[in-house]
Amino acid sequence: MLHTTDTQTKGEEMNIEAQRSSGDVRGARLHLPLTDIMETEHGVELAIEMPGVASENVDISLERRVLTVRGREDVNRLPGFQLGRTEYDQGNYERRFALSEALDCENIEAEFSNGVLSLRLPRVEARSAQRISVKAA
Amino acid sequence: MLYQSARILRRDPFAVLRRLSSEVTQDTPAFPAINFWHSEDSAAITAELPGIQAEDVDISVKDNLVALKGERKPLDIDQKAVWRRRERAFGKFSRAVRIPFNVDPEKTKASMVNGVLQILLHRRDEDKPRRIEVKVS
Repeated sequence: MLHTTDTQTKGEEMNIEAQRSSGDVRGARLHLPLTDIMETEHGVELAIEMPGVASENVDISLERRVLTVRGREDVNRLPGFQLGRTEYDQGNYERRFALSEALDCENIEAEFSNGVLSLRLPRVEARSAQRISVKAA
Repeated sequence: MLYQSARILRRDPFAVLRRLSSEVTQDTPAFPAINFWHSEDSAAITAELPGIQAEDVDISVKDNLVALKGERKPLDIDQKAVWRRRERAFGKFSRAVRIPFNVDPEKTKASMVNGVLQILLHRRDEDKPRRIEVKVS
């Protein structure tokens, strides 16, 4: 039902596809946020980790069924301190997800708390086939 | 493979051993990743812990050792849900870090901001270096 690879392949049964980002325009470090994707009977749920990002710096956009999630991190967070040994890089986050026709793009819910962005993408309501009447000439 | 290691061995007898030990230690990166900050009489550590509540982290300080303990609880999912992508880790973690001075536990402050844990550590007053005046006789 759902396929998630970083390749560009598209299948019929694909609901969501995680893609690699094209890169950051401003040249800052760009990270691919760790993401959990879960499919339920109601749709697809995503949990995207963006630690260090404030909720006002989270940006979600949708263009031609491609959902782009961006997070901008304020890098200098500790005034008066100098950074010593580092084990993780600060920077910005970006990741793209290709959505299939089976998901309702109009009703995406987003919530951000504790550095984790939760997205809820409902399934499209099953629509009955439309009848097109033929006019007799 | 054997031939290749034999060749390395001739140039540097410890190369194979070093490579092996680095492979072993880098296999499991310590969680959480920590950045170290310093100023004159204090230090700070920041750790990326997205999705973890402040009350789920246990911090203890003794002498020059700071220990972090906690648990990231797995998401509540119903039985019918199917994982499509799982990149985030869940479970218990503990980590201890050494600070270059004896920490005053009374002045230690910890906060959780957007999934990043911040611990401010101050040097004990009796530990601070004292200037000794030289009397001119």
